[in-house]
Amino acid sequence: MPKVSMTVNGKPVSGDVEARTLLVQFLRENLRLTGTHVGCDTSQCGACVVHVDGVAAKSCTTLALQCEGANITTIEGLAKEDGTLHPMQEAFRENHGLQCGYCTPGMIMAALDIVRRNGNDLDEHTIREQLDGNICRCTGYHNIVKAIAAGAKAMA
Amino acid sequence: MSATGIGAAVRRKEDIRFITGNGQYTDDVVRPGETRAVFVRSPHARAKIKKVDVSAAKAMPGVIDVLTGAQLASDQIGSLICGWMIHSKDGSPMKMSPHPAIAAETVNHVGDAVAVVIAESQALGRDAAEKVVVDYEVLEAVTDPAKAKSGPQIHEVAPNNTIYEWSLGDQKAVEGAFAQAKHVTTLNIVNNRLVPNAIEPRVALAEYDAGTDHLTLWNTSQNPHLARLVIAAFVGIAPEHRLRVIAPDVGGGFGSKIFIYPEEVVCLWAARKVRRPVKWTADRSESFLTDAHGRDHVTKAELALDENGKILALRAHTIANLGAYMSTFSSSVPTYLYATLLSGQYDIPQIYCEVDAVYTNTAPVDAYRGAGRPEAAFVVERLVEVAAREMGLDPADLRKRNFIKSFPHQTPVIMAYDTGDFGASLKKAMEIADVKGFNKRKREAARNGKLRGLGYSAYIEACGIAPSQAVGSLGAGVGLWESAEVRVNPTGSVEVLTGTHAHGQGHETTFAQLVSERLGIPFENVSIVHGDTDIVQFGMGTYGSRSGAVGMSAIVKALDKIEEKAKKVAAYMLEAAEGDIEFKDGQFTVAGTDKSAAFGDVALNAYIAHKFSGQELEPGLKETSFYDPTNFTFPAGCHICEIEIDVETGKTEIVNWTAVDDFGTIINPMIVEGQVHGGIAQGVGQALLEGAVYDSGGQLVTGSFMDYAMPHAHDLPSFKVDTTETKAPSNPLGIKGCGEAGAIASPAAVINAITDALGIEDVPMPATPNTVWSALQRAKPSQAA
Repeated sequence: MPKVSMTVNGKPVSGDVEARTLLVQFLRENLRLTGTHVGCDTSQCGACVVHVDGVAAKSCTTLALQCEGANITTIEGLAKEDGTLHPMQEAFRENHGLQCGYCTPGMIMAALDIVRRNGNDLDEHTIREQLDGNICRCTGYHNIVKAIAAGAKAMA
Repeated sequence: MSATGIGAAVRRKEDIRFITGNGQYTDDVVRPGETRAVFVRSPHARAKIKKVDVSAAKAMPGVIDVLTGAQLASDQIGSLICGWMIHSKDGSPMKMSPHPAIAAETVNHVGDAVAVVIAESQALGRDAAEKVVVDYEVLEAVTDPAKAKSGPQIHEVAPNNTIYEWSLGDQKAVEGAFAQAKHVTTLNIVNNRLVPNAIEPRVALAEYDAGTDHLTLWNTSQNPHLARLVIAAFVGIAPEHRLRVIAPDVGGGFGSKIFIYPEEVVCLWAARKVRRPVKWTADRSESFLTDAHGRDHVTKAELALDENGKILALRAHTIANLGAYMSTFSSSVPTYLYATLLSGQYDIPQIYCEVDAVYTNTAPVDAYRGAGRPEAAFVVERLVEVAAREMGLDPADLRKRNFIKSFPHQTPVIMAYDTGDFGASLKKAMEIADVKGFNKRKREAARNGKLRGLGYSAYIEACGIAPSQAVGSLGAGVGLWESAEVRVNPTGSVEVLTGTHAHGQGHETTFAQLVSERLGIPFENVSIVHGDTDIVQFGMGTYGSRSGAVGMSAIVKALDKIEEKAKKVAAYMLEAAEGDIEFKDGQFTVAGTDKSAAFGDVALNAYIAHKFSGQELEPGLKETSFYDPTNFTFPAGCHICEIEIDVETGKTEIVNWTAVDDFGTIINPMIVEGQVHGGIAQGVGQALLEGAVYDSGGQLVTGSFMDYAMPHAHDLPSFKVDTTETKAPSNPLGIKGCGEAGAIASPAAVINAITDALGIEDVPMPATPNTVWSALQRAKPSQAA
């Protein structure tokens, strides 16, 4: 089996994987970072979004081997060591931007990428359009949209 | 109101683990030596299984075993069941077919399991599953419920594929009322079939402990005790006391995770066979094929009115598609959860409803958010709206003319509404939605080439499910009470064990708000425990918006007992008569004195038991209650949807959504609003986007998120959500329930708005751009692009 090495949440990691192993499987099964979820098999739902070299990617459609040498951030890597939440995490909680929590890690990681691409002052239309790659079945998006706008502001 | 008490928008306790990636969903649980189950599923909608050859699959790398339906049968593993008996009009019982967890003789829908591979990994299991050779004799299938009765017979027990032909109401009286009517409105309605699609797919993980002969099942369940009961008592895998079911964090349910599914049975059976833990994780394609779907009604409905727009009677005939097998509660959905709500918010003297439930070669159909009540609300609210338009009356006025205004009100279809103020929610909704300004907005839209429409939905539902004796008399195989155990620790902190289950509803927060306020202890000192049959006393789980009205009532009753016992302890501590002890804000005080003891001190004394003898008073402070409600609760309200249609594309945009709901007492308004938002989104999904489509051969055409249109953020607006309040008299907190209202109210509001804009009534759901554009071409060619 080929070996893959990458940096995940600031720590160097490596593992032997089958060539067909997906990044999400490597994260969940090899590293036991189970905050990244799988909600579909066609890259639509976005529950699996992580950052690869600072850019949002769907880890269910990325091979682990493609990430050789890459810098990966998952939901587990956002809060500070002392437990202080990232402003976007805080905003999701403050605005009730989650219910069952299953899509939430992907939503937060996607939200951060929306901020990276569009800055800290986001209007509702921009957020709704740019969330196209993430599905939530619980919230009707109302509070997710509010949370992302508030989180973006708090990050400024 | 305190910052964390009843009525406060307390931020949720459970969020911390979810936003940091520390939730523990079933697929996150890993057991030592875990294997993976991969199912071989039928590609045919209906076929005889002539032979299943597993030899090549067994020889594949990493394969531990390959099991078939024949082995399941020879191990005498029982059939899955439907737990609600419905009798036909002629008195005969419903025709329930066998439902083996793995098919041995015939497959009856695409996705029906025919074998299972147990392998070292999911990937190896999938490789091996492709090597299982099944020899099928393909048979003709039927998928359209309207054609089911004349289709090929699916199950031996059910001639004409008819499960039951049921009715409710007085047919003769209704016929008499129709004969007197000045106006009759008739609608043919298809309530489109939906796929629940919780974002967490279903998962089952089973482990066998040979030393104790115990089985443990981790599953994505809304009601782990019920799963254990059915698996023990009917499927017969293991007796209840040697089967533990754990439903940890569950990623959305919406009804689809109430039911007991084949995969759970198979994982348990296989784990004992291979003596290793067995996990199955659905991929989304399997979810589409095997999760119980929702709705799927074909209805003809009629409303009789007098010359003043007073409703005289309602009549409906519905064909309900229950799919290939009867799922756990499927029989109750199109009967007692549907026809009993056909009175809506209106004083309708006579109602008659016939429901024919049929088998088809499609996935089973069961409860999905609202379960019968969205179908009823859609029938009633479309009929009323169309009747008003046909009679030249204002739709709001016609509703007001017919609203039930005094309570209690006995409808002709079983339900006795105990409270409500339908005029108040309509009035408030009309103000917030600025209905007065609508015509101006419509003219402005027309100048921009857009058609604008406004639609009402004044819905009612029955929640707080349910008084056990009442549902028993209607055929339920279970009681629908709820349980709670309140454990006070020696340090004064509290655990509440609830028989309900949370999968997004925030029970850890709202239930703690109740306990904190009642006992006068910090919110942080309360933990809510659910979802483990070895820890929590028997409970009925979460569905039907019951956790507040029934589950929290059980907590109230247990807290009553805690207070009573604690007063006894305090009396010994304070050397006073028990009757003189008062309890307020966490302090036990001797009436009229300054002698008092804090709750924590009393808790400690209950456990150290130094102030009283064990013969006088039992040590400890822990109480249990099983609470059975006295009636259903009746959340009701008014939603107003305003839309704009682009005549060039047929695309509907929701430009304004107003929801005014009466949920009785609200514990946490933030959480309640979130429930309303989510419900509306699912209802809008039904109205505009979603529809499960089987072709005539039984293939699910909409089998992925690429083909089945889930609502995305850009499909929806922000919602204006408000409330009115009449407290439910049937439970101690006055709660009515809020989980399903949005999904019940919204489809009719959307379609009423679209048909208002178009000026024609024949617009089926989902009203996709193509559907709306086509309707526009048929109706008003002059307006079309």
